[in-house]
Amino acid sequence: MQSSNGPRGAGDGPERPAGNQEDRGTPSRDVTFEDPWHDAPASGWGELHDTGTPAPAVPPARGGPGAAAAGARDVYVEVQRSAAFQEVRGRYRRFVVPGTVGFLVWYVGYVVTATTAPGFMARPVAGAVNVGMVAGLGQFLTTFLLTWAYARHARLRRDRAALELRWDTQELARGARGGAQ
Amino acid sequence: MTGDQTLALLLFTGFVAVTLGITTWVSRRRRGSAEEFYAGGRLFSPMENGFAIAGDYMSAASFLGIAGLIALYGYDGLLYCVGFLVAWLVVLFLVAELVRNCGRFTLADVLAARMSERPVRIAAGTSSVTVSVLYLVAQMVGAGSLVALLLGRTSGAAQAWTVIGVGALMVIYVSLGGMRATTWIQIVKAVLLLGGTVVLTVLVLLRFHGDVDRLLLTAAERSGHGTAFLAPGLKYGGDWTARVDFISLGLALVLGTAGLPHILSRFYTVPTARAARRSVVWSIGLIGSFYLMTIVLGFGAAAVVGTGAVRGSNAAGNTAVPLLALDLGGGAGSTGGTVLFAVVAAVAFATILAVVAGITLASSASVAHDLYASLRRRHGEARSEVAVARWAAVGIGVVAIALGLLARDLNVAFLVGLAFAVAASANLPVLLYSLFWRGFTTRGAVWAVYGGLLPAIGLVLLSPVVSGDPDSLFPAVDFQYFPLENPGIVSIPLGFLAGWLGTVTSDEVADEAKYAETEVRSLTGAGAV
Repeated sequence: MQSSNGPRGAGDGPERPAGNQEDRGTPSRDVTFEDPWHDAPASGWGELHDTGTPAPAVPPARGGPGAAAAGARDVYVEVQRSAAFQEVRGRYRRFVVPGTVGFLVWYVGYVVTATTAPGFMARPVAGAVNVGMVAGLGQFLTTFLLTWAYARHARLRRDRAALELRWDTQELARGARGGAQ
Repeated sequence: MTGDQTLALLLFTGFVAVTLGITTWVSRRRRGSAEEFYAGGRLFSPMENGFAIAGDYMSAASFLGIAGLIALYGYDGLLYCVGFLVAWLVVLFLVAELVRNCGRFTLADVLAARMSERPVRIAAGTSSVTVSVLYLVAQMVGAGSLVALLLGRTSGAAQAWTVIGVGALMVIYVSLGGMRATTWIQIVKAVLLLGGTVVLTVLVLLRFHGDVDRLLLTAAERSGHGTAFLAPGLKYGGDWTARVDFISLGLALVLGTAGLPHILSRFYTVPTARAARRSVVWSIGLIGSFYLMTIVLGFGAAAVVGTGAVRGSNAAGNTAVPLLALDLGGGAGSTGGTVLFAVVAAVAFATILAVVAGITLASSASVAHDLYASLRRRHGEARSEVAVARWAAVGIGVVAIALGLLARDLNVAFLVGLAFAVAASANLPVLLYSLFWRGFTTRGAVWAVYGGLLPAIGLVLLSPVVSGDPDSLFPAVDFQYFPLENPGIVSIPLGFLAGWLGTVTSDEVADEAKYAETEVRSLTGAGAV
């Protein structure tokens, strides 16, 4: 991960398959990694409201002892088809797709209304505050709320499963490379 | 030279000394690896990176420009703040974590993982350098006019020397200190900028005893527009061209941020995707509070200084915040006013320096890591990529200084809007397609980049910005065929369309295994560096 491999020549592409240099010699994933994903709880304000419970665990991605014999190239296809990965991807998409559509519609609607219907935006609400002010501050508020919701969703529903998949995939890839040699 | 100008120069010299100190301290321990130069060793904490992202993003254009727009036109200036902030949701939801997991240093890394490497690297490298240079020129022009405004030196020579000085400093920071020095400079700048903004906001609110309603009413009254000042329409409410132009700018703002190379490269300075996410959460908090305070400062300037006085000092409103500081501190000639004015001026300089350093670094990475690596002769002598990047920073500095001197009279806000439009048209479609579209091919990727880049640039050349208008770059000639100043509303859909068209017309079948690798890596972080 953050291990530096010394100076690299020009044109060194990024696509070393699952290229990881660390912990080459550890045969089992039960060892404690120096894992930055498991550091102290976040200091961001989105992380302060840790009231939810972690998502239920997803099944492991490893298909069995024979799976390691697959080529390194097929490892990713295999992981992609595994139930565990489909679950993580589904959780990500079920949050991100409606969320993105929602805030884009809300933002574009706001900009179009502000430019085409200034009279509506000028309608007073309370004191000097009018509809436009409320809508503008509402954009700030929804941005903060969605940020918080996304961070919380990712932390509780995806992080653990994604991390397990990460180690499983890297181990499979390592096994596949070993089998090919 | 008056007292406040001397003090401003002293404070600014102090900032330059501190940043040069950081650069020497960092470069003393440098190891010279690509990891170190482009990504600062990837060991920054989310909080540090969040401050650095905020420092990278909050430019002098937003500090002085947006507050000035609000002081002049009221509500219409606020629309900018909203666009600049909502853009971060695109980054957080769709880009930050996935890009951190898939790439190493640049946007092209993400594409090259799936596609035929050489053509996509050249395409993405070209568009990244174009976006960076446009943004860089905007900041340089801003720096030049800032000196004229704040130090009262309106001569062309003072502006030119400022542009050259800023260019030289940014080249020194980047080529000697790399990402580590750039990051610390941005963190220091973000703290200074936020600190200065908080102080001014508190002073404005104290002046009105915390009564926001009275602040708004006073602003409306002193603006000369009455309650129309608090509603949209003063600046962009004219004919339909102006309105569509603003919608176009709004689209460019919200979609462009996720395609800015210097923002993307910041995600590689943290160890994991989770840390990248937390960096963005930090930066959204910081940037959002900053823009909220900018709104208070803008209306505060209208209420305290008065719209007429702001316009009298600078027609574009760029001096609204310095004038407000002078007034809040006790007026011209008072010690408080002098100190606050000098602090605001120095913070604005610091802001420009930190932003240009970030952009220079990102574009030098694109030149060395993408363009040089793809274009150099196969059997030529392979120089160290980092050495190339250091020299690329010098080259980009020279180009930016030259263009900054040429474009001295161009509107800064327009240049920033243009950079965002090009980023949204050329970089965002290809990035989203290659992360989320199974059937995307190399030809689609190349077409998506050029299909967004060329229309964006071409439409600007044919727009009233360049010709056919008294305010344009070449007022004498008229080859204006496109009515809008910002090309986003046309060129962004074109970028997406070209990517789709290139994909469906190519014979190449997308490689399932490579897409599987991209998808698995992007969501789990397997194999991430």
